Amino acid sequence: MNQFKAVAVAVAVGLWASTVHAQAKPIQAVLTDAPAVPPPTGRKAPAKVVVELVVKEVTLPISEGVNYTFWTFGGKVPGKFIRIRQGDTVEFHLANDPGSKMPHNIDLHAVTGPGGGAASSFTAPGQRSQFSFKALNAGLYVYHCATAPVGMHVANGMYGMILVEPPEGLSKVDREYYVMQGDFYTVGKYREKGLQPFDMQKAIDENATYVLFNGSEGALLGDNALPAKVGEKVRLFVGNGGPNLVSSFHVIGEIFDRVYTEGGSKFQENVQTTLIPAGGTAIVEYKVEIPGSYPLVDHSIFRAFNKGALAMMTVAGPDNKAIYSGKELDEVYMGDRAPGPSPAPDRSVARAAAELAGGKLTLETQIAAGKTLFNGTCSVCHQPTGLGIPMVFPPLAKSDFLMADKLRSVAIALNGLQGEVVVNGVKYNSVMPPMSNLTDDAIANILTYVRNSFGNVGEAVTAVEVSKVRATSARPAGAAH
Amino acid sequence: MLLLVGLSAFAEQPAMVKVGPGVYRPIYPAAASQTELTLPGFLLDVTPVTNGALLAFVTAQPQWRRDRVKRVFADRGYLQHWEGPLKPGEADPDQPARFVSWFVARAYCAHRGARLPTEAEWELAAAADETELDARRTPAFRDRLLAWYAQPNPARLPKVGAGKPNAWGLHDLHGLLWEWVLDFGNTMISSDSRDGKDPSGRRFCGAGAANASEKDDYPSFMRIAFRSSLEGNYTIGNLGFRCARDLSGVTR
Repeated sequence: MNQFKAVAVAVAVGLWASTVHAQAKPIQAVLTDAPAVPPPTGRKAPAKVVVELVVKEVTLPISEGVNYTFWTFGGKVPGKFIRIRQGDTVEFHLANDPGSKMPHNIDLHAVTGPGGGAASSFTAPGQRSQFSFKALNAGLYVYHCATAPVGMHVANGMYGMILVEPPEGLSKVDREYYVMQGDFYTVGKYREKGLQPFDMQKAIDENATYVLFNGSEGALLGDNALPAKVGEKVRLFVGNGGPNLVSSFHVIGEIFDRVYTEGGSKFQENVQTTLIPAGGTAIVEYKVEIPGSYPLVDHSIFRAFNKGALAMMTVAGPDNKAIYSGKELDEVYMGDRAPGPSPAPDRSVARAAAELAGGKLTLETQIAAGKTLFNGTCSVCHQPTGLGIPMVFPPLAKSDFLMADKLRSVAIALNGLQGEVVVNGVKYNSVMPPMSNLTDDAIANILTYVRNSFGNVGEAVTAVEVSKVRATSARPAGAAH
Repeated sequence: MLLLVGLSAFAEQPAMVKVGPGVYRPIYPAAASQTELTLPGFLLDVTPVTNGALLAFVTAQPQWRRDRVKRVFADRGYLQHWEGPLKPGEADPDQPARFVSWFVARAYCAHRGARLPTEAEWELAAAADETELDARRTPAFRDRLLAWYAQPNPARLPKVGAGKPNAWGLHDLHGLLWEWVLDFGNTMISSDSRDGKDPSGRRFCGAGAANASEKDDYPSFMRIAFRSSLEGNYTIGNLGFRCARDLSGVTR
């Protein structure tokens, strides 16, 4: 008896609850254009959500000076971002702009049911369709047009994403962005100017002309780069509309703390590159630690370099040298050229340093150390023989210009030299970079070697002299001090 | 005799030319035995029906005026680009009639003692470019069609009959506007609508290619997709029509 009563009460409560639910005012979904993402639903319970999406066929730049007629969900590529909660009932309205040439529909991968809504949303130009679905599964899902020929509708940009939040919502982050890759096929070559039509054969051959984030080259570059600040947690909703290519999504200089692979419920940690299938997604999260520019690429890297698959995140804030130092060394690497084949360890530079510290540095030691340093840095241009390269790099051997002024040669080694000089009666006009990254005693040893080799005879250069010149002369901007 | 009287009211009706006989291979054959349809010769309007011709029709048959037509025969958009029910206004008499439903198109043709072309007839006529009767495998022709299909409608449609006719002597089958056919719902809907099968879902997305014969004839796919998005009372800004007639003169 009591059991019956309990069941009756439960049924009554259930009826009451569903009545209340049905009467609750439907919520109008907030839709955003990439890279913006709608705010979290913030709801503790499912609701009825109304989504209104308009299909528009529009001509927009695909690259600078190159236009393409995109077919879009909402006027841009990718289409509007939709954000709902698991358990929501979505009343979906799809309108097709009266100016459209084509009929269109929508297949949402978040829909459980035949065609993902495609058959119920098939809409002629100037018409409107409506269907409803219940969001049974949480996750980040692609939606796309599925009208024949489907490849062409997708290749023209007809895709976007719908996020179905789990009941508990997503963890709090500081920034969320919407990034979606797609491949495009034009009759003209990459960056060939003008209005470029769709190339059916290239699409069938999967030979993409462009591979792009957010529908145009430069959509997320320059002033449109994605901003973030040091210390912030960033979440990217990354999708791949295809139609053909699978993305090797990577952010240069970041490690993804978490990747919800394929837009599902489980995450992998510490990921460098995540694979995003055509018609698939990933949720990527990381904390930005160091200021600077972070390119987002398809690490199938020719696409980034030659087809436009490049976006940028710009991180502002204070440096953190403990995590990243910036450049600590910049010098010519000679490979096997400098030391010669299978060399004995060269201790000449260390010996010179030790003698200098002990206050009894000999000319021979300076010359030996200077030779090693010269061969490591200077001989690339001036050649190991000191003869330079005729008409390009001036000789040091028997050089009137070098030997005429010792302190001038110190200043040139430190600060570089640009412009015309006359050496042994021959005019040279090229550029020597500043070598101010070398220490005072290294420059002293090099110049001492040069002034006593290749037929030159001169007095030694001391580290103290170099130090004085360094303190009293100017170096080009960007050179080490 | 009656027919002639009827025709005389249509000073603006387009000339017709003979098309066919010929063979049409449907992309989605209705049955395995119907991969090739042999069509007898028929007459087809050289150009789409114009605003001017339609004005004469709605004047003669006022039940088809936009303010009198039943909604089941034409939706609210019917002739929306005209200034008034009998006043095309900005709509040029030589521009193709548009915003017309299938019912309107059918009634217009019947009034002229003609009919709408079948999908097979229309496709046979439209397979020709300027020189070949069947140019569907000619890349330049295919590219031209795809380029037109990819562009949104222009703000103002050109007049009918511009440019070179195709090899049958027909104008504007491509590049001006879509056209109604008699059996526009044929391809996507099964022959027996009571068989309880999903009538159209199989044609979407990848499934659409499963039983298609010419997988790279994208223009044909696009026309089929367009036609199957229609209902008989729809009126659309880039959809017009032209009429056909059997060679014997007997209407279908």
